[in-house]
Amino acid sequence: MTAQTLSDMLRARFGDAVTGGKLEGVHDPWIAIAPGRARDICALLRDDPATAFDVLMCLSGMDYGGGKLGVVYHLDSTTQHHRIVLKTEVTAADPHVASVESVWKTANWHEREAFDLFGVVFDGHPDLRRILMPDDWEGFPLRKDFRVPEFYNGMKVPY
Amino acid sequence: MGLLDQKFDNSNIVITSMDNLLNWARLSSLWGMQFGLACCAIEMMATGASHYDLDRFGTFFRGTPRQSDVMIVAGTVTLKMASRIKVLYDQMSEPRYVISMGSCSNCGGPYWEHGYHVLKGVDRIIPVDVYVPGCPPRPEALMEGLLKLQEKIRSESLARKQSA
Amino acid sequence: MEETMTQPPVTPVAPQATPQGPATVAGFARALKTEEMVISMGPQHPSTHGVLRLELVVDGEVVVDVIPHIGYLHRCFEKHCEHMTNYQQVIPYADRMDYVAAMSNELGYVVAAERLLKITVPERVEYIRVIMAEFSRIVSHLIAIGTYGMDIGAFTPFLYCMRDRERVLDIFEQTCGARLLYNYMWIGGLSHDVPANFAEKVNDFCRYFRPKIRELNDLLSYNKIFIKRTANVGVLPAAVALNYGVSGPVLRGSGVAWDLRKNDPYSVYGKLDFEIPVGKGLKGTVGDCWDRYMVRVHEMEQSVNIIEQAVAKLPPGDIAAAIPKRIRPEAGDIYARTETPKGELGYYIVADGTASPFRVKVKSPCFVNLSALPAMSRGAMIADIVAILGSIDIVLGEVDR
Repeated sequence: MTAQTLSDMLRARFGDAVTGGKLEGVHDPWIAIAPGRARDICALLRDDPATAFDVLMCLSGMDYGGGKLGVVYHLDSTTQHHRIVLKTEVTAADPHVASVESVWKTANWHEREAFDLFGVVFDGHPDLRRILMPDDWEGFPLRKDFRVPEFYNGMKVPY
Repeated sequence: MGLLDQKFDNSNIVITSMDNLLNWARLSSLWGMQFGLACCAIEMMATGASHYDLDRFGTFFRGTPRQSDVMIVAGTVTLKMASRIKVLYDQMSEPRYVISMGSCSNCGGPYWEHGYHVLKGVDRIIPVDVYVPGCPPRPEALMEGLLKLQEKIRSESLARKQSA
Repeated sequence: MEETMTQPPVTPVAPQATPQGPATVAGFARALKTEEMVISMGPQHPSTHGVLRLELVVDGEVVVDVIPHIGYLHRCFEKHCEHMTNYQQVIPYADRMDYVAAMSNELGYVVAAERLLKITVPERVEYIRVIMAEFSRIVSHLIAIGTYGMDIGAFTPFLYCMRDRERVLDIFEQTCGARLLYNYMWIGGLSHDVPANFAEKVNDFCRYFRPKIRELNDLLSYNKIFIKRTANVGVLPAAVALNYGVSGPVLRGSGVAWDLRKNDPYSVYGKLDFEIPVGKGLKGTVGDCWDRYMVRVHEMEQSVNIIEQAVAKLPPGDIAAAIPKRIRPEAGDIYARTETPKGELGYYIVADGTASPFRVKVKSPCFVNLSALPAMSRGAMIADIVAILGSIDIVLGEVDR
């Protein structure tokens, strides 16, 4: 299935939950979706036999700068041999995205990592807590405006 | 190595000082704690394996800090791991020694500039006896570090307390 | 009053049926009040393959739940990528993620960066990269097998595997000067050409190594105790494996024939002839620890085949002709994946038109494979947890980045 057909199918099913995308002139064609509808869209993409995206390859948190965060989903199908990229954008003031953990269990730890390093909150995730940083760490390290703390529990952090 | 083992030429009696005897015993059987953190741990394993063989120095790795004399901190120390390293160091019984293996535990290594989660050197939390540079140090370098530690132990004395 | 001297014969008291269950010991056990215990395994532990903490919730000897805690080796790889002054400087950091098979990490990154920059490298470079990647597969599997034997309780295979590994490290050292972490594959080429007698050395190694795999099989793989410890333990069904996104020998051990070198080829793998070993449940169930282990042993054999073919086909040429002086890709992003010894390693590189990357996200196979550990180990015994963890073959540098 080509990216254009896929995009048209999603627009037909979900209307304005599909907010844009770039399908030509890029290495990986991508479709922009609304953050609150991520679970519904992904559930369809997994269960529809024409698309059959049974593997979530990667889920990345993003900080686009200027108070804008985002999540990028890379989907793959082992049976239909096509791939697609979904992107959503949220603001740092209201960083809520629907969790796709119920669709692919891969997303469980990936979403925890995006929460830990960027502060994106995934609604519906069964266990959203820090995964890489210590539990009492303050701040979201991979944001562009993160400042390294001087001390952590009595240890000097910078060189 | 021959502190005492060359002295049995004439009779079965060796006369030595208490310092020499204790130091010889301690340096000849330095049991290390199996404590690999990162890449240097693989080189530590290679040093302990048959090609480079640490067993000929009397060193082999124990799983628990209670039975070990030397803790070879091999790899990057992160802030999350630092409190556990301190606990493990406190659990070792004296005399205890620390070899800091690799750039990361010496000074933060390649992560010194932007590593927000890396402790820039394990000597910020525990006292270190020997620093072995390298990223990762070759097995020969680690062996030299161990031999340097043995030299250091050879010069210890009961009269002076080991610096904790 | 007369006392009766004869007593009726005493019959042994059989367990009575309890309200909770049939008349068995288990029925008695259910009537007892028990509590679950939480044991912390790690972060310093001989068998956790690094700094991993497993919180085991146990009911007696049976594990009810496993909760992995990671992050003890989080070394801020992604932050470093954003601050490097150019794309080439990321490669030493990429080495240090999966430090056991460093060449594979480098290959993944340069494949992604070269696709982003639309650079084609000379064929000689591609063949040398494939040879190095397959050597790193052999090295990684030797450590996986050696330490797995040690976890199960056999020390000798570890020493044999390390002995064979030293031969490969000699070849690496003669090529680029380093034993473990190389900074060898650069964007557009390689840092050093192979030495003059490279083909001879490599063929010597292949001739030396094939009988060693047979020796390893005699020593460990078909050993009765090893089979008893690993067969039918930690079964991961194929559908669960795909939903968790696992890849590599863990996925192939569950019977799914998915290998990126065949299903999504990169470099010159399309021109080489090799097979993909898949778990078949020969000693137990499909997807148990023995299957995953045997997939790794067979992969080593296949890697030797690939190396022999690649060395025979190695074309002459320059290895540094295509290295660009300035690397400044136009804004865009790419996700490229390669098959490392641990599984599918993916690099998502976002370029913003400047000389340093905007974002590099690494999808680490060990991170994903480890997240499937609770699914594989509920109901196992504590000793089985060690066997299951060893069969996933994790490297914490890659899990935590």
